[in-house]
Parts: sequence; structure tokens; C-alpha cells
Amino acid sequence: MHPAPSIILFTTLSGLGFGLMIWMGLGFPGVTGWTAFAFAALACGLAGGGLVASTFHLRHPERALKAFSQWRSSWLSREGVLSVATLAAFAPYAAELWLYDMRLAGLGWLVAALALATVLATSMIYAQIRAVPRWHHWTTPALFVLHALAGGALLAAQTYVAALLLLALGGVQIYHWRKGDIRFREAGTTAETATGLGRMGRVRLLEPPHTGRNYLLREMVHVVGRRHAERLRLISLAAGCLLPAFLLSALPSGHLAAGIAVLLHLGGVLAGRWLFFAEAEHVVGLYYGRR
Amino acid sequence: MTSLPEKTERALGLVIDLDTCVGCHACVVACKGWNTEQYGAPLSDMDAYGAAPEGSFLNRIHTFEVTPDAGPVAVVHFPKSCLHCTDAPCVTVCPTGASYKRVEDGIVLVNESDCIGCGLCAWACPYGAREMDAAEGVMKKCTLCVDRIYNDNLPEEDRVPACVRTCPAGARHFGDLADPESAVSQLVAARDGMDLMPEQGTAPVNKYLPPRPKADQAPDGEIDVLAPLLEPVAEPGGFLGWLDRALGRL
Repeated sequence: MHPAPSIILFTTLSGLGFGLMIWMGLGFPGVTGWTAFAFAALACGLAGGGLVASTFHLRHPERALKAFSQWRSSWLSREGVLSVATLAAFAPYAAELWLYDMRLAGLGWLVAALALATVLATSMIYAQIRAVPRWHHWTTPALFVLHALAGGALLAAQTYVAALLLLALGGVQIYHWRKGDIRFREAGTTAETATGLGRMGRVRLLEPPHTGRNYLLREMVHVVGRRHAERLRLISLAAGCLLPAFLLSALPSGHLAAGIAVLLHLGGVLAGRWLFFAEAEHVVGLYYGRR
Repeated sequence: MTSLPEKTERALGLVIDLDTCVGCHACVVACKGWNTEQYGAPLSDMDAYGAAPEGSFLNRIHTFEVTPDAGPVAVVHFPKSCLHCTDAPCVTVCPTGASYKRVEDGIVLVNESDCIGCGLCAWACPYGAREMDAAEGVMKKCTLCVDRIYNDNLPEEDRVPACVRTCPAGARHFGDLADPESAVSQLVAARDGMDLMPEQGTAPVNKYLPPRPKADQAPDGEIDVLAPLLEPVAEPGGFLGWLDRALGRL
């Protein structure tokens, strides 16, 4: 699948932002006043920035409001509704922390639940797509939720929890990759089932329908850049999970160590998210003799 | 609402005969022509006269080579367009309600004025039946020529999809696949019509008829199924026979 920068930025940044909101909603870190304001601004900036980035992916962003209408059936619509609901609940919660030094616990739990549901809805946009076997698996929501929880804990300065969650994230990430590598075969979709000609013999594309490229090939048969997949996996794992976890547990806690850990994590997650798209093979590639 | 209907009154669709298709691409041209000039945003071309031309199409012809375990290789031309699936995954993912499946005839359509061009429906379709138009930024797909099949302004024989109307080989058939008595349903039953990617769970309405076994692959080793019907060629006798043999010896 085409790794569109707008989508990679959207899922990564908004995941971190909503992850931070989950922790803040639960009362971690227990800050008030201007410190709370700084944390809330960071969370809103990341979540809001991600959502804005996602609209760059739309060809008709002026109609984006219509996307709130189909929450009964569409995960993308649910994600939109939930993200706005989360922001709407988070704003008064954060304002109470900032202006009145007061934590409304009930509202906080609501914020945490909504933020978690938002991240889950984001992941289901991908996990629901059966035509991309690598994504169509429970590890996709697990990965997105752990990204949000671990990254959120990192931003919320929950050192030990963050280190543990980062290691868990690394484990799920490795499993997602390994499982992902055999998912296409497991799905059982081949050139033979795609054409129905398997009863006659082995099927191979002889002539493509067109000499040039088209939307389908650009969007769903993106094979460029898989060459460095192994190296990127290592980079993503090291920078996104292992190094930040090590920094958090080995170095004395402070803004510098946390800052480095956050930046490393962000870089690692971006690399991982790029792979999430670039490595995902859509079954339509079978009609074009490639995956 | 982009939920799928529980049941459609009819299931209009195509039956495509892979035995008969000659791969001429006439249906591609007819489809592009009709759907550029009529309903909805035109199917644009990009860099049409340049080095890398490309465009939006609702119907494309792939050509596959099939290698059996024994015997000669077969070449099969393979037209592919929207299959108007019963469980269309493209419909339920749509966040705006632009994509929908009609209750009255099962046709899957896009309301272009509601489409935000997110492209998720094209991702959800395993068949590559949806293409985002590069100029309009809205999703385009086969409408089963909904503006022809109910169009009273057209002569009756033209009230079929443009691809069906134009096919010179008669490889494309249009009808109600929910009605077991319809011509298309009977064709599917008689020719062992099949679904594409059944494991994807889309329950496509369109069916494909597999190529018939070729004569030189017939189990009894006959070269041509019509061969036994031919009269044996009689050897000429008499003067002409003598002349034939004499000339042959020269």
C-alpha cells in the first residue's frame, strides 16, 4: 500500500496525543495549573495536528463534515466522531486542571475511555480490510493501542510503566511482522482464485490491461522501498522500543533523558508506520502479476 | 446509510464468458465513452499525449496464461469491472454515505457529491474495481450503466450496459442473477459459472464462465469435436483418377 506521508503523520501523531490523553484522564501525571496546561497543549497539539494532517489525504476536504454521518457502519466515520468527542470531553477536563487545580475524576475516566476508543477505531480502519491480509489480524489493533499507551506513558513521564509498555510494544511489533509475512499465504487468495482459472492450471499474467500506470497500481501495488524492510524493522524496533526503554530505566529521570527517549520513540514509530503501509500487500496486485 | 441492504429485490449483474472473450478491448472503449459523456464526472485522462499517459477506467481487460499439468498452455482474456457484490466491503467502509448498494436492483453506486475522496473504498475492494478520478477527486466505478438500462429514451435493445451492447463476441451478458429463471442465471447454471476470490467473502453478483475444454484436450483424443461429422473425401476413380496419380508421379 502507498505510504502516504499525511496518513503516517496522522496515525503516529494522533496516536501519541490520544495516548497522552488516556494517561492524563486517568490522573497521570497528577499535575495542575500551568504544568497541566503544558501537558494538555501537547496532547491537543498532537491529536489535533494529526487530525489536520489526515484531511490532506482527502481530495474533497470541504465535504469532510459528511464523514461524521456513517458511524453505524464505517470505522473511519466512528474514528472521526470519537476523536471529536474525545477533544470535547478533554477540553473542560484540562481547563479544570489548569484554572481550578481540580481533577474531575469521572470526566477524566470518560476522556481516557474515549481516547482509547478513538485509537481502536483508527486501527480498525486498517484491520477491517480483508483485501490486505497483513492488516486483517488482531495484531493491528493491538499494535496501535500499545503505540498509544506506550507513547502516551512516555509523554506523561510515567517512567517505569512506559518502559514496560515499550517492551510489550516491541514484542507485539515483532509478532505483527512475523505473522504479517505469512498472512497473505494464509488468506488463500492467489492468481488462481482471483481469476477462477485455477481449475485449468497455474495462472500467470501475460498482458497487463494497460501499458502505463494507474490509480490502483500507485495506491495498492506499492512495491518501491521494500528492499530495506529488514533494516527499517531493526531501526524501528531499536529506536521505537528498546532504546527508549533502556534510557528510561538506566538514566536518572529528567527532561533531557525523557526528551531523547520521546524523540527516539517518535522516529522509530514513524519508521514502523511507514513499513506498516509499504509492506502491506493488497490482493489486487495478483491481477497485475505482482504484490 | 452505508449499511448493506438485508436483501435486494433483484440482483442485476454481468455474466462474462471467458471462453468467448477475444480480448479486443471494445468493451473498455465503449464503457469509457459512455461513462465520460453521460452520468457523473467524466473519466479523465492524464498526460494523454505525453510520455506516461494514464486515465480512469471502469472496466479493464487483463490477459492471463494458464499452464496445465499436462497439455498446451492456454491464453485467457479476462475483463474485470465491479462485481456488484452482495457483501460489498467498499460500501460499509464509506464514512460519508456516498457509497451505497441499491435495494431495488443491487447496483453499487457512488453519490459523487458526497464523496470526500478518501480512497478507503478502493482499498477495501479486493478486485480493484474502483478508481479515483485524478481530475475530479471522486471515486469512479461501474454503474452497470444505470443511465442506460432504465432509459426509456433509448431503443429497447440499447437498454443494456454499454460493454454488453458493444461486445462483438457476445461474451458479456446482462440480467437479474437473483431470478433463477433469467437467461443469465440459466447460463451460469449450464456453464458452471464461478465467483472471483470466493475466499474474500464478498459474494459477488457478477459471474464468470470458465473456458470450455479445448478439442485437442478432449478425453477421447479427438482433434475436433466436429471431425466425426465430416464426409470422408472420396478418391476419384476412372480417367481423372489416372490423371491425378500420373500428375502426382511427375
